[in-house]
Amino acid sequence: MRRIEAITIITREAESQGALLVGNIGYPSRELYAVGDRPNNFYMLGSMGLASSIGLGLALALPKRRVIAIDGDGSVLMNLGSLATIADQANENYLLVILDNGCYGSTGSQPTCTSRRSDLAAVASGAGVSEVKVATTASEVQSCMKGKGVLVIKVEIGNAEVGVIPLSPEEIMGKFMAISAPPSPSS
Amino acid sequence: MKEMSPSEAVYNGMKGAGIDFVVSVPCVNLQELIHLVDLDPKIGHVPVTREEEGVGIAAGAYMGGKRAALLMQNSGLGNSINALASLNGLYKIPLLMIISHRGGEGETIAGQVPMGRLTPKLLDVMDIPRFSPSPEEAEEIVARAWELAHGGRTPTAVLLDIEFWRSLR
Repeated sequence: MRRIEAITIITREAESQGALLVGNIGYPSRELYAVGDRPNNFYMLGSMGLASSIGLGLALALPKRRVIAIDGDGSVLMNLGSLATIADQANENYLLVILDNGCYGSTGSQPTCTSRRSDLAAVASGAGVSEVKVATTASEVQSCMKGKGVLVIKVEIGNAEVGVIPLSPEEIMGKFMAISAPPSPSS
Repeated sequence: MKEMSPSEAVYNGMKGAGIDFVVSVPCVNLQELIHLVDLDPKIGHVPVTREEEGVGIAAGAYMGGKRAALLMQNSGLGNSINALASLNGLYKIPLLMIISHRGGEGETIAGQVPMGRLTPKLLDVMDIPRFSPSPEEAEEIVARAWELAHGGRTPTAVLLDIEFWRSLR
């Protein structure tokens, strides 16, 4: 499965669940924007490694909202402690999706450790995440999207031909927070 | 009047500012403050594995409408710089950083000295406003540091050195 196919399914599911979606830095956010921009999407433009953390913070702040973060293998390897914190918090409203292509896809496809011995689903389980799933086909992705915890999706190497996101950081944040934290009527 | 500990002064400042979400990496000098936060049902507390992770979680919490603070030792500032610049700086996300500032007068651990010396300079070069209150000033300054963070949509830092934690009001 190509990554953009997985992102297309994730976006469709997020839309039907009314979920807030955090997109990882680089091509994953660009592909997310290309398959369908929505104000519920936060596109991470910097801070590599922190998509799972931003998603967790959102989910903890908004326990009644569904939150999904789209992360990558290289980024998760940079912030493995996040898996332990996610396990520790064990909130019901959060799903971390790791798109695992075994490489740093935005920087020239240099291989990551998951292309050889490392298994991020096993790492997530070892960190204490109670619900960990692995999907390799579109139908498996579809059936796993309602869960919590961690979902590892195996995808092919390669980026879709999509442009950069034509939004400023302020525009991304303004649109997103109008949904995630609208000003209360009293203030 | 009952004596207030330095930790209570900081905690009262956080409460006055309406802080309702805290991420923390411990320092021996933060133990009483972390305990006070843990006991407070109105503050969500997330112990994190690394300070940079805490910056990310606090950013997400802010995006969900929370007033977030990060409690850490100054060594953690070094672990957080990219996130403070390319997440908080880029998207203009406020964050109150309550920092145990080690490595100065009274320090017994040599390893604390290099980052201790660099900490104020690192904050200055990042244009992050910093405060170093006495225990008497702490409650007011902590609240003001949050107001500046919120109003300026920036991280701000309250540096609390070894001497700070030893003194009583």
